[in-house]
Amino acid sequence: MTMTTSAVFARAGGTIVIRGGRVLDPSTALDATQDVLIVDGAIRELGPALPAPDGASVIDATGKVVCPGFIDMHVHLREPGLEYKETVATGTRAAAAGGFTAVCCMANTSPVNDNRSITDYILAKARTEGAVRVYPIGAVTRGLEGKALAELAELAEAGCVAFSDDGKPVMNAALYRRAMEYTLPFGAPVVSHAEDLHLAEGGAMNEGVVSTELGLPAASAAAEDVMVARDILLAELTGAHLHIAHISTAGAIRLVREARARGVHVTCEVTPHHLVLTDEQVRTYDPNVKMSPPLRTRRDTDALGEALADGTIDCIATDHAPHALSDKEGEFDRAAFGIVGLETAVPVLLDRLVRPGVLSLSTLVARLTTGPARLLNLPGGSLARGRPGDLSILDVDRELTIDPTRFLSRSRNTPFGGWSVTGGPWMTIVNGHVVWQAQ
Amino acid sequence: MAWTRKDLLTMRELDPGEIQLLVETAASLEEIATRDIKKVPALRGKTVVNLFYEASTRTRTSFEIAGKWLSADVINFSASGSSAGKGESFLDTAKTIGAMSPDVVVVRHSSAGAAALLARELTCSIVNAGDGAHEHPTQALLDLLTIREKKGHFDGLSVAIVGDVAHSRVARSNIHAMKKLGMTVTVAGPPTLIPPNVQELGVKVSYRLDDAIRDVDVIMMLRLQHERMAGGLIPSLREYSRYWGLTLDKLSAQARPDVLIMHPGPVNRGVELSPEVADGPYSVILDQVTKGVAVRMGVLFLLAGSRGGSPA
Repeated sequence: MTMTTSAVFARAGGTIVIRGGRVLDPSTALDATQDVLIVDGAIRELGPALPAPDGASVIDATGKVVCPGFIDMHVHLREPGLEYKETVATGTRAAAAGGFTAVCCMANTSPVNDNRSITDYILAKARTEGAVRVYPIGAVTRGLEGKALAELAELAEAGCVAFSDDGKPVMNAALYRRAMEYTLPFGAPVVSHAEDLHLAEGGAMNEGVVSTELGLPAASAAAEDVMVARDILLAELTGAHLHIAHISTAGAIRLVREARARGVHVTCEVTPHHLVLTDEQVRTYDPNVKMSPPLRTRRDTDALGEALADGTIDCIATDHAPHALSDKEGEFDRAAFGIVGLETAVPVLLDRLVRPGVLSLSTLVARLTTGPARLLNLPGGSLARGRPGDLSILDVDRELTIDPTRFLSRSRNTPFGGWSVTGGPWMTIVNGHVVWQAQ
Repeated sequence: MAWTRKDLLTMRELDPGEIQLLVETAASLEEIATRDIKKVPALRGKTVVNLFYEASTRTRTSFEIAGKWLSADVINFSASGSSAGKGESFLDTAKTIGAMSPDVVVVRHSSAGAAALLARELTCSIVNAGDGAHEHPTQALLDLLTIREKKGHFDGLSVAIVGDVAHSRVARSNIHAMKKLGMTVTVAGPPTLIPPNVQELGVKVSYRLDDAIRDVDVIMMLRLQHERMAGGLIPSLREYSRYWGLTLDKLSAQARPDVLIMHPGPVNRGVELSPEVADGPYSVILDQVTKGVAVRMGVLFLLAGSRGGSPA
């Protein structure tokens, strides 16, 4: 693969013409074979046989699918503090290789992104070393301790696009209510990692017949549902925009549907692994199927797929959670929670959802573009004139075997290693520059 | 039928023929315990390592005796007083021991799946001597051997497994094994100690001790761990013992006259079993311990002995 040697944002926006691809832009309901012209890093024009300006790069995308750049609103870049797992540099390169042109990074770094200096640091790293756009998510509470609000206004001013104690639910409902109220003026959602800590205590997997057989400590789906219900009631009370991270249960889907019907401002995301894997996978005791929330049952994956198709689920996010091997080998109940997802999401979803006809390609693209862009008010996610020159170009016929040893992420903790899939990213363009292309 | 597996990890994965083979092999070795010279050369030159990360009296001792009676060299490792105490990971310790070319590693660990992990990582045979709340196959085998001696058969027998089923590896191994051998299994206890969806394993569930023990052939009482109270699963030992402790009164009111009372040990006297029951005529608790040595000899022989040979 080719990679820009210097960060994409250290240079002026590029000028590039993408010729002959099937252009798929859910934001304008466009699906036609066209050229795309990006000038100085911004979308200039779409149409047949566009002339290339002087000095423009020209890409032949015949047979490929040209989409607005994908946005992953839930990743862990681990910097500062946990650079042995991931950095802004490696995480954004993994994003580019996965077809993503923008990521939102969660606040559970060390130190926590609960104050402006950390947000500034992450954004500076992104500017100088990042391969894709980085939008930080600020902590809701100081130190993710669930005790006192972080300086949310200043975090918003510094560039945080949402607020979340992801990984650590705020158990104090009164404090969470205050967070929702306080952030109302910022137009940024509160993102809930919905998990009742008492119900989930000790749980290493989903509670059900599989956990009963395996003898592993387990947490019930109710641990998620109870918290989703609570947060919906608080959003209803405050009028805040609540976003449910990594929704994983049929029960939570039902709660979100009901709340939306009542007019509550609640959105949600789903991960690829919760869509395609179930707790049956835990029978191997492989720590790479351990994450929070845990893999659920077939009944849940069915409900998630349906909700993704009908729009109850707004977007797909990976919850990319890199861990070093030392954190993810050995005893299942002692291993860290989480898996990497940036480099597997698009291939797995194309192969397991789009190819069998469970989800249309245009809906998949919408959930990766307009979905996250609208709920976070991001400039990307569309090929309308003047939007960022970010493209995710897919080769839906490409056959590949997922090989974790070739990941650009610093970590390898994936349950998808060895999977043979059809379809995947082919080229990723950010700010008018090619940041990654398949070999 | 010949034994073909490298490891003994679960009862769930065995077929009925394999279980019968394990039981028959153990039965054929029982008489060694009655000899004056308790030693046969079956595993001479073989090395068995007991890798115990959890406290154990009967399991570790009986594996050690079993190995020695078969002439294997038996090495005991316990987590305290080893590099595990210096922070070495389970996997590293296991690989280190694996590098010394043992023939069999017997592992006890508090994490479910620990034995399967070793089976993947080491080339020698692994015996699961208890992994978390998952399985404890040699316990199920010694229970079966005890039942067979007392009842003469398995098919059609009914068993009640009573107590903290949720956290019991003994219960899980026995449920799988007994179902495969045609027995009817009821699990009983307060609902907080019954694992979710356990009916899907093919057992009945009862929340009343009297109903569970009525007319069954075997009552298997489980140990109540004291930490279950801290977890809020039961209000008090006193209340547990009042409703779930097996006493002579309850037994004579409900149980068959030829019922067997089993317990994997160690017994909390006065909690799940009254002393009169534990030491009474129905109790086969010490028979279970005796059978434990035979079962472990059988397992070690099948895994490490010369293929097709006779052990004794």
